[in-house]
Amino acid sequence: MKNKLIFQIAISLLLARWKQTLVAAIGVTFSITMFVTLLSFMTGLNDLLDGLILNRTAHVRLFKDLSISKNQPADVYYKNTQGHNFIHSIKPKNERLDISNSGAIMSTLQKDARVLGVAPKITAQVFYNVGSIDLTGVINGIEPLEENRLFKFNDYVTAGNFLDLKNIPNSVILGKGLAQKMMVSIGDVVQVTTSKGERLSLKVVGFFQSGLQDVDKVQSYASIKTTQKLLGATANFITDIQIKLKDILGAPAAAKEFESFYEVDAIDIQTANSQFETGSSVRSLISYAVGITLLIVAGFGIYNILNMMIYEKMDSIAILKAVGFSGGDVNKIFISIALSIGIFGGAMGLLGGFGLSSLIDQIPFNTDSLPTVKTYPINYNPNFYIIGGVFSIITTYFAGYFPARKASTIDPVIIIRGK
Amino acid sequence: MKYFHDPVTIKILDNINFSLYESEFVSIIGKSGCGKSTLLYILSTMDTDYEGDIVIDGVSMKGKLEKILAQVRNEKIGFVFQFHYLLNEFSVLKNVMLPGMKLGMYSEKEIEHRAYEKLKILGIENEALKLPNQLSGGQKQRVAIARALINDPLLIMGDEPTGNLDKKNSEIVFDIFQELAQEFKQTLLIVTHDNEFAARTTRIIEMEDGQIIKI
Repeated sequence: MKNKLIFQIAISLLLARWKQTLVAAIGVTFSITMFVTLLSFMTGLNDLLDGLILNRTAHVRLFKDLSISKNQPADVYYKNTQGHNFIHSIKPKNERLDISNSGAIMSTLQKDARVLGVAPKITAQVFYNVGSIDLTGVINGIEPLEENRLFKFNDYVTAGNFLDLKNIPNSVILGKGLAQKMMVSIGDVVQVTTSKGERLSLKVVGFFQSGLQDVDKVQSYASIKTTQKLLGATANFITDIQIKLKDILGAPAAAKEFESFYEVDAIDIQTANSQFETGSSVRSLISYAVGITLLIVAGFGIYNILNMMIYEKMDSIAILKAVGFSGGDVNKIFISIALSIGIFGGAMGLLGGFGLSSLIDQIPFNTDSLPTVKTYPINYNPNFYIIGGVFSIITTYFAGYFPARKASTIDPVIIIRGK
Repeated sequence: MKYFHDPVTIKILDNINFSLYESEFVSIIGKSGCGKSTLLYILSTMDTDYEGDIVIDGVSMKGKLEKILAQVRNEKIGFVFQFHYLLNEFSVLKNVMLPGMKLGMYSEKEIEHRAYEKLKILGIENEALKLPNQLSGGQKQRVAIARALINDPLLIMGDEPTGNLDKKNSEIVFDIFQELAQEFKQTLLIVTHDNEFAARTTRIIEMEDGQIIKI
């Protein structure tokens, strides 16, 4: 009853100055709209840019690095003598590049609870023969189905069907830049030569576009079998094992564990791509800072309008007090006014933010480097709406708090006697 | 005792001691600046900066919380000021109902009914749904009196309630007060500088230089 009365008075005061109130509410609406849109758009872009690398990169990659032997014969021979051994010009020994026992490692990894999936890969250095010119390049031997499941391979295949890699023997999907350089189209045959001099004809079944032009100019994809044939290697020849984990944050720990357990080299995604994390977090920070600044500016607007209203309504406040409303009641009246502006403006702002981001979502955004993106990216994370809503209420509460406190301490005697 | 501290400390009221009894119609008169309004505001509990004590309905008001005093004003005291002080955002009826709704003793329907009754006593029930700024000065003052009556207060205080009105309206307001005093046994305490007005009340308190010279 009492709160209802206070609310009624607040609404009447609000409606008495509805133009000012509307301006204040529009201020909040505008800032919340911009806050939500800005964050949705920024995060959408962040996700897009991160996705360019992160989606296609294994969380942990097992490989074998060429390195010098850690146990030099001299160390073994002079083990019990005092002094140091100085050995110059050590060269790496001639080792096999493939991961030994790769089949067993993969089947063990598949059973690991942390692992989402495992995909083998072979990297082969080749020359593409175009007439009398040889272009250097890399052919990645992959398992097309697994590669698509874990790393969305199909998203980047702009022409042809990636399954043809599996179905058609000796087939290849060329990078778009490379294909343009070689002037080949789907169905053509290209000649490749390995670094050891083997030659093979491969049928072009598709093109892929990764978004990174330097990659598209040198890389191609073929099936594991085709690549093994190209390298003249056996069926268990695998140079890389790509692991996708269920939790990306566990990658560094997992990499360390796999490295010592399987006696291979391992690198996690955070170490390999640390710059992306930093970039995204700085961009989010900037968008939050701008959004919150907008809200605070709107808060000052509300503060001003309430202050004005209190000066105008000085008489009304005095009489309310004279007829028995306490300072606390007056305080509540002005806080309710501020909160109504905040809640109304905030709700409109959330709708506006959703509308504006949906609109941006419809704007065409075509770029050669991002084949899968057709419109501007928007991230509809409900958290932005929750933060925006909560923040609009908090800001308006504080904007109302000080004027309300002032109103509650007004001495009715001074005003009534002043007439 | 009451002091004003700004710009220098001055003793405004000194050695004031009197009692009001139920259904008395009392007027306070005195020259401008003799402290009669100040006295009224202290008695009304709105001004708390004084020495001494005020007892309303057997309860001391000294040192009570602002919230409690507001409640006392709401329940036991009705005010009529020189200026009507109606809220222009509300209709006449709502203005009269406000203190009643604040008290919350009756349902909204009952308060509305009571407000109509009070307006009827004052002869302005036909204006109930108008806004205050659509009324004449005399009508507004009558609405203010209706508002003072809504909670059936022990005491109605008036600070020059006829000060802003012409002769005819003053007469009407005075008649209303008299009617309230005689028919409804309402206790009234009215500050005025209109000696004619005062002469027709049942008791006159005369003040000079912050002291009561005649009860």
